[in-house]
Amino acid sequence: MNCCEKHPMNPWNHDVAKDEKDLVDVQVDGVWMQMPRGLNVVEVAHRAKKFIPHYCYHPKLSVVGNCRMCLFEMGTPKMGPDRKPILGADGKPEIAWMPRPQIGCATNITPGMGIRTDSALVKDCRNGVMEFLLINHPLDCPICDQAGECKLQEYSVEYGTGASRFVENKVKKPKNVDLGERIVLDDERCILCSRCIRFSSEVMKDDVLGFVNRGSHSTLTAYPGKSFDNAYSLNTADICPVGALTSKDFRFQMRVWFLKETKSLCASCGTGCNITIGSREGKVHRLTPRENESVNSQWMCDFGRLNFHDLESKNRLDRPLLKAAGQQFPATWTNAIQRAADTLKKVKPDEIAVVASGRLTNEELFVLKRLLGELGVTRVDTVMNPGQADNFLRSGDGNPNSRGAELLGLSSGGRKLGAWGGEIASGKIKALLVLGGEDLVAAGIPADSLAKLEVLIFSGILSNATSQLAQVVLPGAAFAEKTGSMVNVHGRLQRMTRAIPAPGEAREDWMILRDLRIALTGGNSLHSVEDVWKSMAGEVAQFSGLSWAKIGDLGIQLESAPKIREEVSA
Amino acid sequence: MSLPLHAGTENCVGPEKGEVTPAFEKQADELVSRYPVSKRSAVLPLLHLWQETFGYIGPRGVEWIARKLSLQEIQVLELVTFYPWFRQKPYGKFHFRVCRTLPCALGGAGKTFAALQKLMNLKEIGHGGTMVSEDGRFSLEYSECLASCGTAPVVLCNDAFHEKVDDNKAATLVAECK
Amino acid sequence: MTTKRRLLLPSASEALMAYKEHRLIFKNIDAPGYTRDLTCYQKHGGYEILKKGLAMGGPAIREEVKKSQLRGRGGAGFPTGTKWGFIDPAKVTKPIYLICNADESEPGTFKDRQIIYKDPHQLIEGMILSCFANGVKLAYLYIRCEFTEGWRILETALAEAKGAGFLGKNILNSGYDLEIHVHRGAGAYICGEETGLIESLEGKRAYPRIKPPYFPAVLGLYMCPTIVNNVETLCHVKHIIEMGGEAYAKIGRPNNTGTRLICVSGDVVRPGYYEFPCGALTLGELIQHVCGGIRNGNRLKAVIPGGSSAKVLKAGEVYKIKEAGVDGKLVEKEVKLEDLRLDFDTLAAAGSMAGSGGVIVMDHTRDMVECLANISTFYAHESCGQCTPCREGVLWLKKILSRIAEGHGRDDDPSLLKEVADRIAGRTICAFGEAASWPVQSFLGKFRDEFAQRIRRNGNAAKKDFVSLTH
Repeated sequence: MNCCEKHPMNPWNHDVAKDEKDLVDVQVDGVWMQMPRGLNVVEVAHRAKKFIPHYCYHPKLSVVGNCRMCLFEMGTPKMGPDRKPILGADGKPEIAWMPRPQIGCATNITPGMGIRTDSALVKDCRNGVMEFLLINHPLDCPICDQAGECKLQEYSVEYGTGASRFVENKVKKPKNVDLGERIVLDDERCILCSRCIRFSSEVMKDDVLGFVNRGSHSTLTAYPGKSFDNAYSLNTADICPVGALTSKDFRFQMRVWFLKETKSLCASCGTGCNITIGSREGKVHRLTPRENESVNSQWMCDFGRLNFHDLESKNRLDRPLLKAAGQQFPATWTNAIQRAADTLKKVKPDEIAVVASGRLTNEELFVLKRLLGELGVTRVDTVMNPGQADNFLRSGDGNPNSRGAELLGLSSGGRKLGAWGGEIASGKIKALLVLGGEDLVAAGIPADSLAKLEVLIFSGILSNATSQLAQVVLPGAAFAEKTGSMVNVHGRLQRMTRAIPAPGEAREDWMILRDLRIALTGGNSLHSVEDVWKSMAGEVAQFSGLSWAKIGDLGIQLESAPKIREEVSA
Repeated sequence: MSLPLHAGTENCVGPEKGEVTPAFEKQADELVSRYPVSKRSAVLPLLHLWQETFGYIGPRGVEWIARKLSLQEIQVLELVTFYPWFRQKPYGKFHFRVCRTLPCALGGAGKTFAALQKLMNLKEIGHGGTMVSEDGRFSLEYSECLASCGTAPVVLCNDAFHEKVDDNKAATLVAECK
Repeated sequence: MTTKRRLLLPSASEALMAYKEHRLIFKNIDAPGYTRDLTCYQKHGGYEILKKGLAMGGPAIREEVKKSQLRGRGGAGFPTGTKWGFIDPAKVTKPIYLICNADESEPGTFKDRQIIYKDPHQLIEGMILSCFANGVKLAYLYIRCEFTEGWRILETALAEAKGAGFLGKNILNSGYDLEIHVHRGAGAYICGEETGLIESLEGKRAYPRIKPPYFPAVLGLYMCPTIVNNVETLCHVKHIIEMGGEAYAKIGRPNNTGTRLICVSGDVVRPGYYEFPCGALTLGELIQHVCGGIRNGNRLKAVIPGGSSAKVLKAGEVYKIKEAGVDGKLVEKEVKLEDLRLDFDTLAAAGSMAGSGGVIVMDHTRDMVECLANISTFYAHESCGQCTPCREGVLWLKKILSRIAEGHGRDDDPSLLKEVADRIAGRTICAFGEAASWPVQSFLGKFRDEFAQRIRRNGNAAKKDFVSLTH
């Protein structure tokens, strides 16, 4: 058992070595190598680029050793009469092999250990386990939603046989069990690995799942009348190695092998969970957590995971709109940008207020910052969108990039914004540029007040009470439709990557801002995210020395911000 | 000194009815006190107590025990369904367990079972399992080894244990179940 | 030879039995007038050994147990002194627990029942001594609930012992405190496996734990060092302290010391429970002399010598067994089935095991297919379902065997059975995998013809002699 420091998010971290420098000699398939002491054999094999198949073992859950798929042949150094290892001709210990196979997940390496991952015995063990798992399992992959990412299917190619020797009746179990709001269970597909039970119990501290009955009739279930619907339930569909637990939202929507995978960020709160966007032909089909030990480990909340259906909302803004005679009409981008610039030019800089947004990327905010500097506009702030903090992954900040807006000096945390309602009413503010789709009516500025503004320009992805009052509506891009970076509530700079194009004529917001800037001030020179980075790194102290490429897939902890682990454990 | 002929027959029938009396609570508390380290250990004792008091363990029992021990209901249900001694439905007033394991089988447990089944007028239902007579008086099931292989075949009628139960003895036992 | 032995008169059998039986544990059991209450127990010297033990001190008791070379009587035959030796009460900071495994459920075994029902204080005294020796303050007596009267008897006996100052606070003014509680199982054979038992006692499904890391001596009950001993084993401790470890070790044979409770069931004239010095008796003597031979005048066909998990032995078999000759050197000898000594090492050398001491005898009229189908039904019913090979494989074995017994065998069934069994044994979390596979491997290995014949006859000749009972 790996006794790493207990993280509140993950009580177990079997894939993390206690000390990467404390190495011991082990022999893996005949080759001697050095591996960190205390790692288990599955992880050691993985590092040695050997693969030990497994079902129940999960690096973030307790080890139960029930699937028996990771059986391997183990040896220990032969000892001489002096209790010292007998060395062979190569100067390495001679190994005495044990007749009984051992499980890799529960065996931690010790000096001189021999590991065989592909001997005849090991192969027979795997063949045996595969056969056992399949005798009572439905053999109907073509109609199973897990097909394509099913470990049973995957391993049976390697370790299974073409034909079944099982001629008896299969054990019947419940199918299509409605476990909760978001999860469906097929007990006949369940291989009883208990990953979902352990996740619920160990990570969520919510013992809602369990096994009933015994032996081959053992059945996964929730207590009758109780539903499995905690805020993280869909993670069990991810870690379920077979098609037993599936997401109601995703099942039967798309074959997984058709999905394009894009590494990106969840934008549903300030945590910035790392995700993979699964999309096909311009449509997002699912979000799944992407491992990042500094942020979300391998998990994400159900809310964030399912918060992508707005991309196809019927309220989606997909082309620029201009208002004439009290009505909004579709317009071209050229006209819309020109109209926005023309109307803004008619008011003085100190009569302009800008709602930047904690939903915009750093790059978008930086272009905005440039523009405001050139115009001399200083009245800028962001809207605070409270989130539902849960002491796990969900943050109390509903904006994904409040910290970025703060770092770029475009946010006072909503303090300034509080006065704007009065200033609009008194005529001090004559023009309002609303970015990030913020709804100021919801934020407390009355609609009739907004209606009095000489200029109201709105950019966002969904229509709302504010957009409906705007003279110019500039349709923007949602998180899955744009590339940029954000800083999460713990000060980690991370990258968001475009998976699909924005719908219709909608554009990435940094392009909208760039065009507006060209129209307003003629300022240019920012043509790409990389360009923005070059300038931004020079101007924003926290970003100095960084570049788009340096951020990498897992992000960078900014010096000035506390690390998430310290913050969580404090 | 040994138990009466059909000890423990009082509560095998009927729905999971009856009050949880202060006396029951007290008994439960005493059982819980035997496990000072973890009261979860008291699940089995409380399941026994519940079944002996109320005849079987339905949802009411599961939920009461879960509350008592600060557990989730599923953690109790997991045990009710794992351990064959516990039942989720009422049995007959006289519940017979016939040992079917090898030594008893060699000693004629099959014949004993068939004799009991006939005497109780039980019809074969499904594939094995427990049979309950229509009037709720009898129920019958096979049981695994009862650890008295030297006096095969053996039978438990409720809590009373009977050895060397041949056809004749089976008839006597059933006749005495009033 | 067999015929001649069968002709022995009952009186001669009794004479031989009286000569060889050595009753330590069964000394008072079934003795006329002996009752299970404390008064009677004390009248027969009860709790005097406890006084002796308390005076000796824990380390001295452990030393005597080590010297006695006592081997566990639950099935595996692991040396008790070594098991205790894994824990050093002087160094351990966590509480140490002791659990008496009274979940007797290995088919063919019914020795613990006699002790619990007829002489419970003997067990309790042995248990107190063992707890004292190992610094245990809280112990549990895990009894199978099918002993419907047994648990009540133990509750009463514990209350009596406590009333008399043998349990509770400051036992006999020694300053030693101990509580023992009865914990009833609920019909699961797997609770006989010590880590399954521990999980069950923790209020969980009795899923055996993986070892490593969960060795009971380190991470046992409530993740504390824990000793799990069988009822008979704990009783032996009392007798070891009474006579001293060295004297005890003189009973029986080297490495197979002390007396052994043997339970005989199946097709013999006098099934029952007996106590003999370990290895003092041969299988033939047991069956013919002690148990009066095969019943109904039939011939011996097969014996399972150590509970249903043990590999079957076939009449007429001859084994090559190494034994120390007069000069101490190991000599390989050919030993017939009936001449096998009933001790740990001999039965292991014969390819089976002494196990829990349950001897199941089958006569020549028995159908081995039905007998094996019966055994496999037991294991399929009792598999806890935790790990794949056992959960899936054991039910598969049972389904194939039931099908053959019902007259629907297929030609490749015997080889399939063997391959399935081979893929279970040695690959599961606990020894249940072996327990379920060994009968299949040995029955098929030794009675293959019978299986083939049964399959050839199939439907029209399926027997219904109520032995398979594969419900």
